[in-house]
Amino acid sequence: MVTGQFFRKMGAAIAGATALVPVAVSAQDDAGGYAAPGQFHLQESVTPIMDSIVAFHDGILMWTITLIVLFVLALLVVIVVRFNAKANPVPARFTHNTLIEVVWTVVPILILVVIAIPSFGVLSDQMTVPDGERKYLGANIFSLGEVEVPEATITVKASGEQWYWNYEYVDQGVAFDSNILSEEEIAELKPGQPRLLAVNNELVVPVDTTVRLQVTSSPTGVIHAFAVPSFGVKVDAVPGRLNETWFNARETGIYYGQCSELCGKDHAYMPIAVRVVSAEEYEAFITAFAESRNYAEAASVLPAL
Amino acid sequence: MANTANLEAHATGHGHASHDHHTPTGWRRWVYSTNHKDIGIMYLVFSIIAGVIGGLLSGAMRMELQEPGIQIFHGLAAMSYGLEGDAALDAGKHMFNVFVSAHALIMVFFTVMPATMGGFANYFAPLMIGAPDTAFPRINNVAFWLLPPALLLTVLSMFFEGPAGALGFGGGWTAYPPLSTSGHPGPATDFVIFSLHVAGVSSILGAINLITTILNMRAPGMTLHKMPLFAWSVLVTAFLLLLALPVLAGAITMMLTDRNFGTTFFNPDGGGDPILYQHLFWFFGHPEVYIMILPGFGIVSHIVATFSRKPVFGYMAMAYAMVAIGFVGFVVWAHHMYTTGLSLDVQRYFVAATMVIAVPTGVKIFSWIATMWGGSITFRIPMLWAIGFIFLFTVGGVTGVVLANAGADRALHDTYYVVAHFHYVLSLGAVFSIFAGWYYWYPKMFGYMYNEFLGKLHFWVMFAGVNLIFFPQHFLGLAGMPRRYIDYPDAFALWNRVSSIGYYVTFVAMIIFFYATWEASRKKRPAGDNPWGDGATTLEWTLSSPPPFHQFSTLPKIESKDAH
Repeated sequence: MVTGQFFRKMGAAIAGATALVPVAVSAQDDAGGYAAPGQFHLQESVTPIMDSIVAFHDGILMWTITLIVLFVLALLVVIVVRFNAKANPVPARFTHNTLIEVVWTVVPILILVVIAIPSFGVLSDQMTVPDGERKYLGANIFSLGEVEVPEATITVKASGEQWYWNYEYVDQGVAFDSNILSEEEIAELKPGQPRLLAVNNELVVPVDTTVRLQVTSSPTGVIHAFAVPSFGVKVDAVPGRLNETWFNARETGIYYGQCSELCGKDHAYMPIAVRVVSAEEYEAFITAFAESRNYAEAASVLPAL
Repeated sequence: MANTANLEAHATGHGHASHDHHTPTGWRRWVYSTNHKDIGIMYLVFSIIAGVIGGLLSGAMRMELQEPGIQIFHGLAAMSYGLEGDAALDAGKHMFNVFVSAHALIMVFFTVMPATMGGFANYFAPLMIGAPDTAFPRINNVAFWLLPPALLLTVLSMFFEGPAGALGFGGGWTAYPPLSTSGHPGPATDFVIFSLHVAGVSSILGAINLITTILNMRAPGMTLHKMPLFAWSVLVTAFLLLLALPVLAGAITMMLTDRNFGTTFFNPDGGGDPILYQHLFWFFGHPEVYIMILPGFGIVSHIVATFSRKPVFGYMAMAYAMVAIGFVGFVVWAHHMYTTGLSLDVQRYFVAATMVIAVPTGVKIFSWIATMWGGSITFRIPMLWAIGFIFLFTVGGVTGVVLANAGADRALHDTYYVVAHFHYVLSLGAVFSIFAGWYYWYPKMFGYMYNEFLGKLHFWVMFAGVNLIFFPQHFLGLAGMPRRYIDYPDAFALWNRVSSIGYYVTFVAMIIFFYATWEASRKKRPAGDNPWGDGATTLEWTLSSPPPFHQFSTLPKIESKDAH
């Protein structure tokens, strides 16, 4: 775990070093459910899935590609310095070297294998809805699985419309629309919430609970994609198909995402906002919602934002 | 048609020698042209014109994205359509998508492909293999002249109804249904489909011509394994075109019948599946990205060898790496579709297959470096572009390895990380190789030398500009900014502003390019047969600059062991 975190920090630092913008570096810690101003790395994780994506990207991929690019750059610099016409007036004539050719074929293969091992694990976690038994990688992507995730107990269906989301609590059979708020509406209803991300009705889910998420689109509509970066979730909403994924958020708060498949003129204006609340708050909310079938009424039992 | 031109040349008394020494003049020389070099020049000019249009479209996009909020597109829509208020805003939002789509279509089909497979391949593949012309000169003519109407159709599509009440096709170059079918009921999409059909026919004809030429018209003694690497790259690319484009044609034809004749290939209401289109599209689309980059590989190999005064390192590996990339390129398509709901096993396969491509690509990068290693390098203009290509293509390549992992792609799919990745390999990779080829062969094609300072200034300004545009887009993508967005949350403001500044720098670079080209054509510094010295060993440098209207009436014999 400690080494994993070290690698993650260093990976992010590499990204930061390339950015060379101190303003951005100081702004990193306050994620607030979405990207921070000037952010240059992945969003802060609140699920085991995103933990593994961050560990995989910052800990393995970022290192590997940075070293490869620096290696190629170093070779080019050596070439420029040592093999320019002034420094080396007579060119060599060699055109073959079997050993080096084998090396630069085999070494990349080995690097790819090292990448592939955690890659397959990270992917398998994403694609497997927890049954309560299976262990998940979390941040330790070279483990065989050490994070326990409870079986999915809530099923939510998200349906992409032009241009808003419709969410259904499948177990209760209640649904509501979630629309973007204009800047004026934000100022009036939800002051302080971010422009282009705030919605009138957030999807409310309980903390530390595995949510089975079904994603589709209206049968006569177009393709959208449901994405919440800090959950590590991105699924296309395809007419006529029901895609499935899952998440288990460990911290309360509002987490934002945006439609991630071109869907027409208001593609940029159908954000996703998931409000993660305590188990008791969720229970009160869903009971009220199932009874009243009125989102606004049900949401009023939650603490004010 | 060529006969007519010859007859007229006879009639006006120019000709009395052998039949093929007449140079048609005036518009006939170009419109009726069956000459591979003239057709090559026309392709290059066409590519430059299309590139300017595509570049200006992206300029509007970068101006829009310079700051959060909507800056210019509601105004553009108000000006273009005479709308006001919310109507102008809505039209502007759609217009942004139209610009995104047209930018991509124009850059892919009318800028990069015509420059490499139209311009350089037509002009130099026959020269390099010692052929007098291509195998089917009239097909060559038709292939070129299909392109201007195809471009016109794409441009015209911007002025016809797309979605109800809005002009133009805004479904992206990928044109996924149902957005491109029920989402765009108007004729704009049909214009785009027809444009792609016509451009596809053009490319298929060109591919047939080049394959036949390269397989049948090599000079005596030039076996395939002695053939210059650029000819190899063209051969592989032509096969990719021949195999991939019919699949695109099929997919967009199915879309056309879905749109107009009541079929439901991609419509779930009638038992169809929108994802089927994505499989067909990417079966074409992934080879397409290699179609754009492979000729660049060939160009860069020659430039690196020429200016290092050293033969290409690992010729056979270089040639077969391209064959391998072309082959594997056909079996990795669904890595563009990780989020569509593919099963775990399917995603695993596409992860593994996609990562395999990194191996032959690495072989190429390291072989270029080994070619330079031990060389005696002069850093002339084309060499700067070639080295810039190698570095930038490496950056674009490694982010491709990141995206190949479906697990990581979950976070990056459809974000600006992908935009940064494919612009590094295409806008900075393919386009840099095109500029490298342009500066390398300009003396051969036109007989004049560029001003060395202006050419290098163009390189350095453009290198700074494009990196400034696209490197920060990695940050935007990692932080989660989705692509094809007219407006973005305020957190993304910083890197978008940097990216837009990069566009203006690149714009200045293009002005330098056009000025340098004008300067070269005015100053007329004679190039001589071979301005690049003894490192330039391929056959085009044995000819005059520009080459005679018809070359190699006596075929050259290739005897040396290392023709390449």
